[in-house]
Amino acid sequence: MSDSFDVVVIGAGPAGYPAAIRAAQNRLSVACVDEWQNRDGSYAFGGTCLNAGCIPSKALLESSELFHRVHGEFATHGIKVANVSLDLPAMQKRKAAIVKTSTSGIVALFKSAGVAPFQGHGRLLAGRKVEVTGADGTRRILQARHVVLASGSVPTELKSAPFDGANIVDSWGALEFSSVPRRLGVIGAGVIGLELGSVWRRLGSEVVVLEALPEFLAMADQQLAKEALKHFRKQGLDIRLGAKVTGATIANGAVAVRFTDARGDQSVEVDKLVVAIGRRPYTRDLLADGTGVALDERGFINVDHECRTAAEGVWAVGDAVRGPMLAHKGKEEGVMVADLIAGQFSEVNYRTVPSVIYTAPEIAWVGLTEEQVKQSGRAYKTGSFPFLASGRARAMEQTGGFAKVISAADTDEILGVHIIGPMAGELIAEAVLAMEYSASTEDIQRTIHAHPTLSEALHEAALAADKRAIDFPNR
Amino acid sequence: MSIEVRVPQLPESVADATLVSWHKKPGDAVARDENLVDLETDKVVLEVPAPTAGVLRELKVDNGATVTSGQVLAILEEGAAASAGAPASAAAAKPAAAAKPAAPAAAAAVSAAPAAAGAARRDDAAAQKLSPSVRRMVEENQLNPAQIAGSGKDGRITKTDVVTHLGQKPAPAPAAPGEARRPSPAPAARGERSEQRVPMTRLRARIAERMVQAQTTQALLTSFNEVDLKAVQDLRARYKEKFEKSHGSRLGFMSFFVKASIEALKKFPVVNASVEGNDIIYHEYYDVGVAVSTERGLIVPILRDADQMSFADIEKSVAAFAQRARDGAITLEELTGGTFTITNGGVFGSLMSTPIVNSPQSAILGMHKIQDRPMVVDGQVVVRPMMYIALTYDHRIIDGKEAVQFLVTVKEQLEDPSRLLLHI
Repeated sequence: MSDSFDVVVIGAGPAGYPAAIRAAQNRLSVACVDEWQNRDGSYAFGGTCLNAGCIPSKALLESSELFHRVHGEFATHGIKVANVSLDLPAMQKRKAAIVKTSTSGIVALFKSAGVAPFQGHGRLLAGRKVEVTGADGTRRILQARHVVLASGSVPTELKSAPFDGANIVDSWGALEFSSVPRRLGVIGAGVIGLELGSVWRRLGSEVVVLEALPEFLAMADQQLAKEALKHFRKQGLDIRLGAKVTGATIANGAVAVRFTDARGDQSVEVDKLVVAIGRRPYTRDLLADGTGVALDERGFINVDHECRTAAEGVWAVGDAVRGPMLAHKGKEEGVMVADLIAGQFSEVNYRTVPSVIYTAPEIAWVGLTEEQVKQSGRAYKTGSFPFLASGRARAMEQTGGFAKVISAADTDEILGVHIIGPMAGELIAEAVLAMEYSASTEDIQRTIHAHPTLSEALHEAALAADKRAIDFPNR
Repeated sequence: MSIEVRVPQLPESVADATLVSWHKKPGDAVARDENLVDLETDKVVLEVPAPTAGVLRELKVDNGATVTSGQVLAILEEGAAASAGAPASAAAAKPAAAAKPAAPAAAAAVSAAPAAAGAARRDDAAAQKLSPSVRRMVEENQLNPAQIAGSGKDGRITKTDVVTHLGQKPAPAPAAPGEARRPSPAPAARGERSEQRVPMTRLRARIAERMVQAQTTQALLTSFNEVDLKAVQDLRARYKEKFEKSHGSRLGFMSFFVKASIEALKKFPVVNASVEGNDIIYHEYYDVGVAVSTERGLIVPILRDADQMSFADIEKSVAAFAQRARDGAITLEELTGGTFTITNGGVFGSLMSTPIVNSPQSAILGMHKIQDRPMVVDGQVVVRPMMYIALTYDHRIIDGKEAVQFLVTVKEQLEDPSRLLLHI
C-alpha cells in the first residue's frame, strides 16, 4: 500500500468516516486513521457515537422504554402479562450486538468506497504528514495533500467528583452497568444526563439529577422545557435545579454527593454517580510542533466557516471544532470538507442543525427558540398543537407534549419549530427541510399530511399560527 | 419528437431579457434557423432561431414577459406536418390524417386536448418550482414569478421574497430627460394640465441603475483641459482623401483620441485599472469603449486591444459599431468588458460636461464641441479650433496629479500628432 494519499482523515467517528467516504466518492485516494479501542483492547471504527454514545444509548433507551411500558401501559391496552422480569445481561448483549453491527458496517463501507483504514493513533506533523502509531508501537508516516482532523470529544471531568471507573463514571460507563443501581446520581441535566437518567429510572433505579443552572434545558424553548420537566418529574426523576456539586466521597461502595442549592448545603447518597456535565474537544497528542494549526482558548481547533484551520490543506470537523457537539453536524462538516477538497460547491447551514433529546416524550427542535426571537425584537407569531388532540397519538397511548411553530409576523417565514412528544426526533425532519428551503408557515399549511399520523401535529401547529387549526380550538 | 426552444445563455452581467415579440404562432411550420422570437436585453436585441425544422406546438411565454437564461420559450415538434399541433387546425387536418396508420392515436390526442390544457397550466407552475404559498400569492396578485428575485435554495422564490416584492411598489420615476415624451401638439383645454407616465425601457432602466451605482460606489471627480486641434485638423485635411481611398473609411477625430488616450493610459496605468473589493486590478490590455448614441439610448461597444489597432482599424470599427447599434444587431460580447471609455458629447454641441464613469472602469474621457476661439500663441492672438476635454475619474485610486497629467498627455499627443508615431 502506498503511503501517500490525497486525503488523510484522523478519526473515524461520525464526522471523520463520512469525510473519508465522500472524499473517496470524489475519486480522491483516502486513508482514515482511528485509535478507538474498546475495553477489551480491540479497535473499532465509529468513534464515541457508535461505540459509546448515540447508538448504544438509543439501544438501551428503546429496551428500557419497552420494559417500562409493559409495566405501566400494557394493562391499559388490555394485555395482561405476568411475571415480567428484567434480564439486564441480555439487554446489554443486544446493545453490544447493535454496536458491533454498526462499527463493522463502517469497515465494510470503507472497503466498498476504497478508503484505506489505519488503526492506531494519528498525529499531524508539519508538512501535512500524519504519523500513525499502532498498538504495538510501530510507526508509519502517511503523506497527504489534505488532512482532515476529526478527533472528536471526551467527557468533561468534574474536579469535585473525579471519575474512578467504578462508582463515579462518565456516560460510557453509565451504559455498561452490569446491574441496575438502586440509587443513581446524575450530575448535569443536559441531553446525556436526561437520557441516561431515563434509562436507569425505567429499569428501576431511584434517580436524582443535579443541575447547576437554575433553568431547566436552558438552550431549549422554555415552553418545551417546562413541559419536559413536568413529564420527567412525573416519571420519578428527582431533578434538582441550581444544585452545584461541591464534592463526592466514596465509602462502603456508595457515593456521598455534596451540593449547594437554594436551600443551602445538602448531601445525597447514591450507589453510582454519572458525571454528564458536558464534553470537551479531544486533541491530546494530535498536533506535533510546527503544524500551524491553532486551538482556541477552550481547546477547540480554530476553523473558519468552511472548516479550514490556519494551516494550508489542514481541515477540522465535528466535536473538535466550534458549534454544537452533534453527530449530524459533524457528518455534514465532514462531507462539506471532502467536497471542498474536490473543488465542488458545499456548505453547512448552521441555522438548521436540529437538536434531539431521546427521552419519553422525545424532544426535538430546529431554528430559534421563542426566547431568542423575542430578544431579537422581531415581530412573530406562534402556533402549537397538543398531541392530546392527535388521533394517532391517542391510539399510541402517547399523548404528552405538543408541536410548536414560531414564524415571522411580516413575511410568514418559519423561524423555529419545537416538538415534544412521540417520535419528535423523526417529526422534526419535516421542519428542517422546510427551513432549509426558507419555507413559510403557509407552505406547511398547504402541504398534505397523511392521516392519521403524528406529522399532522406539525401541520395543525402551522395552521394554528394563523388561527386556522382544524382539530383544536384556536385561541 | 418534441424539442424545447430555450432562451440562449445570457452573459453574467445580464440578469434577464424581455420577450419583445413572437414571429410565429402555434401550428406554424418553421424552417431550421428561422427566427422565432425577439428578446431584448438591456443591451441588445437577440433573435432565437428554430433549432430544427418542424411545427411550433406551444408558446410557453407571452409577449412582454421577462425571461431568463435557459427558460423554455416554446415546444417545437420536430419534422411534424404544419398545423398538426394546433387543436383547431388539427381537427381540420383529420380527414387527411385518416389515411395514415397513426390516425387513431391522433384522434385520441385531439379529444384529450381540453383536459390537457388545464394540466399544462399547472405544469407550468410546477416547472418553475414554486412553493405552495408562493403559487397562491402569484395567482392572487397576478405576478410574473420571473420578475421576483428568489433568495431561497438554488434561487427559489420564497414567500418572504414575494412579500418583499409586493412591498416594493416602484417609486414614480420621472421620465428621463433624453426620453421625455413630446407634449401633445394640441395643448389640453385651458386649466387642465396632464402628465404621462411612461415606463422606462429596459435599456434606460439599466443605464439609470448603472449611473446611480457609479455615483454611489465611486468617488467621482472631473478635471478639465483644452486642446488645440489645429494639427489634427491640418493632418486630416491633408490626408483625408488618400486615407479614404486606401482604407475605405473616413479619417475622423475618434481614432486620434483613442490613440492619444492609449499613450496616456500606458503612462498612467491606474487610469486603466478597476477596483475589486480592496484590490486594484491593473489591466494589461486596452479595451476602450466608445459611446455611441442610438434611438434606444446610449450604448458603449468596445474596441478590444485598441493599442494594437491602426487608425484605419479604429475608424472602421467605430463606424461599423454605430451602424450595427442603430440596427440593434450588436452582440452582447461587443458590449461587455472594457477598461476605459471615451464619450463624445461634442456631436450634440456640448461645450463642457462631467461624464459618469462606466463602472467598474475607473475613468472616462469626455470629448466636446470644437469651437474656433482666440488663443494666445507665441505672444500673438490667433484663432484656433479648440476643444475642452474632461476626465472623470475614481478618486479612490486615481490621484488628482495622475488625472491632470493624463489629460496633459492626451493634449500633448493631439496638439503634436507626430508624438503618436514615436510614442513619446
